[in-house]
Amino acid sequence: MTRTEFWQGNTACAEGALAAGCNFFGGYPITPSTEVAEHMALRLPKKNGVFIQMEDELASMAAIIGASWTGARAMTATSGPGFSLMMENIGFAAMTETPCVIVNVQRGGPSTGQPTMGAQGDMMQCRFGSHGDYSVIALCPASVQEMFELTAKAFNLADRYRVPVFLMADEIVGHMREKITVPDSVERVARRELIRGTLPFAAGDDLVPGFATFGKGYGVHVTGLTHDERGYPCTTNVKIHHNLVKRLVDKVENARRDVADFDIINPDAGDVFIAYGAPVRTVQQVLHDNPGRKIGFLRIRTVWPFPDFALGQFKNARRFLVPEMNFGQIAREIERHVRVPVVSIPKLGGDLHLPGELMAALEARL
Amino acid sequence: MTFEDWFRKDRLPHIFCAGCGNGTIINCTLAAVDQMDWKKEETVFVSGIGCSSRAPGYIMTDSLHTTHGRALAFATGVKMANRKLNVVVFTGDGDLAAIGGNHFIHACRRNIDMTVVCMNNQIYGMTGGQGSPTTPRGYLSTTTPYGSAEPAFDLCDLAIAAGANYVARWTSYHVKELEKAVLAGLQTPGLSFIEAMTQCPTNFGRRNKFRQVADQVEFLKKHSLLKVKRDRLLLENKEVPADMFVVGELVRRSRPAMGVSP
Repeated sequence: MTRTEFWQGNTACAEGALAAGCNFFGGYPITPSTEVAEHMALRLPKKNGVFIQMEDELASMAAIIGASWTGARAMTATSGPGFSLMMENIGFAAMTETPCVIVNVQRGGPSTGQPTMGAQGDMMQCRFGSHGDYSVIALCPASVQEMFELTAKAFNLADRYRVPVFLMADEIVGHMREKITVPDSVERVARRELIRGTLPFAAGDDLVPGFATFGKGYGVHVTGLTHDERGYPCTTNVKIHHNLVKRLVDKVENARRDVADFDIINPDAGDVFIAYGAPVRTVQQVLHDNPGRKIGFLRIRTVWPFPDFALGQFKNARRFLVPEMNFGQIAREIERHVRVPVVSIPKLGGDLHLPGELMAALEARL
Repeated sequence: MTFEDWFRKDRLPHIFCAGCGNGTIINCTLAAVDQMDWKKEETVFVSGIGCSSRAPGYIMTDSLHTTHGRALAFATGVKMANRKLNVVVFTGDGDLAAIGGNHFIHACRRNIDMTVVCMNNQIYGMTGGQGSPTTPRGYLSTTTPYGSAEPAFDLCDLAIAAGANYVARWTSYHVKELEKAVLAGLQTPGLSFIEAMTQCPTNFGRRNKFRQVADQVEFLKKHSLLKVKRDRLLLENKEVPADMFVVGELVRRSRPAMGVSP
């Protein structure tokens, strides 16, 4: 059974989280993500969950990590300036392998920038923003429906891989209202508990250790310092640090195919668009307006880890055209993986690309 | 059980310097915790960064050693997500009063049911002796080589103003009083703040002409002014010595609290 609603993207995000069993939200108001917090404030108490408005984004990130260690499905939502403040504790979540979901409804930056206008300028920050080496998972919704679905999915990925998972939305999908089909329930993948008698940071073949939930008698010590498999600080051992950080990276990068989420249209085309988030909608319009023309399209939902293997499916590609609401952050990632030209089509300021602008890029000579 | 049963013995020896007062304060805290009939599996110790914050690593319960200054924000998440857990936070003057000042104010305002023990050694010990917000005026550190020019923070006044339900201050000399204060804090619903003034012979004592560890403990004792004596001075319209700090139970009240176990 499903029901149909007419929702704002940020409402759909909050409802997707609730459907996935989110029971803790810690956040701080910031445009254009505030409606996520407001909706959680309204809904969570009635579901025996906890909503807490923290004093800043540093504290929001800290609170959801603390809640996650008690077994909660925890989430926060923010935008650019708040996202920058969260970086410190995002690194802590990566180092301590704490499952959590961070929604970033992106707005124009740098700094305070354009609070009410959409952008995709934080794509590299979400991948590399905290210091040191680590890997994360990032999902990009292009519709209200996907705000719901990908938020729910983010919780499952966070618990499965014990990483911070980002929902990298933008002001356009966050604030648009459109029809959404709401399912009665969504798939929930439970966090794998630590097997008693094993070490809390020792991983098996999948490189993901079992989770030692607080309050269950594991007596686990969790630290952001480099730690051994017991969880004890071990900060000057070269081998232990190398092995730990390599595992933090590999557990995500090795799962690249498992977490990949993309659609391929016209794989034998010569000109191929690649898009994620709101610009997907303009590419879809271009394809719709030009039914007779073979235009390739790789439409990506899981941007990190980047699904590089999908690029190889376009065997006849002579160029990739990448419309983004930034100056080519993912275009540069694509360039690393292909030998044909990658044409970045940046658009800043808050408006989506117009179909005509993409057509002009398509018509331009190589 | 005794307080020794709470230690994670496979982690010894600890990192604290010879003569450090942190061990005294950890012992006093655990002695109080031991009187609460708490189960180990229902108790969580949380800390930030600094010498004081290494304490949870030596305790065998679940423990969270977090980022600099953020311990109270992490502890808020733990406690609000599972009210059955007993939460104790170890922090220091730099962690709590400088980088974590805002979290301190708001944890007191929310009056979340947890106990915060601050080891105030008036210096950044772990990074090698820089001035902190509680370094007294005129005292030396590596970043105040001509004597600290800044007035020091009174953390208890801050906690009282921000709304904590229980506030007390003692020193590493007053071990019995400190243990009793922590116990009272653990028993009080809402946020309890216990400031323990302590010696740092390596980084504070050495630079400020304390030849022996005992000299510094003696200094803390001499500069402690019992709350009852301070109140009497005020009543008699007499001057309270500016170089002394008040010790004792400073506040015990019952403002509405958050996160109290049902």
